[in-house]
Amino acid sequence: MKSENLVEINDLNFSYGNRAILKGINMTMHRGKVIAIMGGSGCGKTTLLRLIGGAVTPSSGYVKVAGQVVHDLTRDELFQIRRKMSMLFQFGALFTDLSVFDNVAFQMREHTDLPEAVIRDLVLMKLHAVGLRGAHKLMPAELSGGMARRVALARSVALDPLLIMYDEPFTGLDPISLSVIGNLIRRLTDALGMTSIIVTHDVQESLKIVDYVYFISEGVIAAHGTPTEVRGSIAPFVHQFVHGEEDGPVPFHYPASSYASDLRMRGEIA
Amino acid sequence: MPRRIVLGIQGVGHRVIESVWRLGRASRFFMLMLMKSGTSMRRFRLIIREIYFTGVLSLIIIVVSGLFVGMVLGLQGYETLQKYGSESAVGTLVALSLVRELGPVVAALLFASRAGSAITAEIGLMKATEQLAAMEMMAVDPIARVVAPRFWAGVISMPFLAAMFSSVGVFGGYLVTVVLIGVDEGSFWSQMQSAVDFRYDIVNGVIKTCVFGVAVTAIAVFEGYDAPPTAAGVSGATTRTVVTSSLAILGLDFVLTAFMFRGMS
Repeated sequence: MKSENLVEINDLNFSYGNRAILKGINMTMHRGKVIAIMGGSGCGKTTLLRLIGGAVTPSSGYVKVAGQVVHDLTRDELFQIRRKMSMLFQFGALFTDLSVFDNVAFQMREHTDLPEAVIRDLVLMKLHAVGLRGAHKLMPAELSGGMARRVALARSVALDPLLIMYDEPFTGLDPISLSVIGNLIRRLTDALGMTSIIVTHDVQESLKIVDYVYFISEGVIAAHGTPTEVRGSIAPFVHQFVHGEEDGPVPFHYPASSYASDLRMRGEIA
Repeated sequence: MPRRIVLGIQGVGHRVIESVWRLGRASRFFMLMLMKSGTSMRRFRLIIREIYFTGVLSLIIIVVSGLFVGMVLGLQGYETLQKYGSESAVGTLVALSLVRELGPVVAALLFASRAGSAITAEIGLMKATEQLAAMEMMAVDPIARVVAPRFWAGVISMPFLAAMFSSVGVFGGYLVTVVLIGVDEGSFWSQMQSAVDFRYDIVNGVIKTCVFGVAVTAIAVFEGYDAPPTAAGVSGATTRTVVTSSLAILGLDFVLTAFMFRGMS
């Protein structure tokens, strides 16, 4: 029987040199769910996605995807498991020398021997799902930010992966595009029965569509729960983050020596 | 003062260590690219596409430059040779200069500025905009899919471009000396034909262009792949491609010439 958990992260630690980025992270991600990972800039959210994708190796602990420890795999085995996962990059990362159609067809042509006629139908179906069938002849440079993100979404579901990771999918989008992308993520996850992990800052949009939320602060999981639990949370960090408060457990000021001594004043400013 | 000297020595040491690391990375990258070239060879249309971008689109600059270099050679050659009454040898001078030296070297320098810089900028920008990372996540190796086809396209294009440069150059020399100045056409061509040896001159010229093609495209793809993923990083890498390739071409040209034409007639 297939395990309920598609991704298991156990006591995961990761450092760049001496700087610890992630400290003792434990997470479980169920199949068919949309999970959000939130936290301030530079808290290690994207690094966590890279660890799940096997792009970097942890200092200790492990990440299992579909029962396999990703960083113990050989390059060929890693490429095999990556065919079951997909990643949507922050600005889409569309191949600029290929048309919209060829971008979506890219993986099909690389990994399958499907006839071109079948690829054509599949690509048009994927593009239709994101509402851009009519744009299949355009080049990436001709697309708006929201459209590029939708094409990237169509490309990431091209081979019906088990897992899709989204790196800041809402950044720089207008409210309409933002809502369109949010709803597409939810709809595609449900329709294709995959698991989605969203790394985001956008609290309000993501709370509308996700099943579970993890908050990361200073490299550890500060809180986690369902959207309802998160909205009602009185934990100081969660409260500050969800309501966008300027000061709180995440201070407004970067650590510094005393203000008075920096301004070379004597006793005037406490 | 001693502290400054220590810091200076440290700085030199740091740069040397960094250069050695970089050389190691470049060698490793080159080996990886050769190992992964099988994919490109099996899907030759990937290379054909790149030959269009690096080779065919470089034709204009190669042809125009070749024409002017040939015309200048014809003028200068005639000017000097007529002092000794041997202006009919101008065809030989133009052809040998082009086939042995100027064809391979100038075509390679132009190729480095036109196609090498474009390859570096393209790969560097693909890295900066996460296209290479996206490809990795799609289980497609960027070295096999992006780098190797560009490398082989450059290596294949270079000899043809140099041949085109030399041919057009000879035609330029013909235009100036025979058509404009009035040197005898028969002696222009016949002296050229008897003086230029296929194995000694043309084959050696072709060997040079192959070596330059490998050097320029290897430098271009490595600089692009190794570029820091920022605007400044890509611009620096593009500059380095042109500078390093040009120096490599001139240095290699001396070494190859020393081996090929050691004062033998």
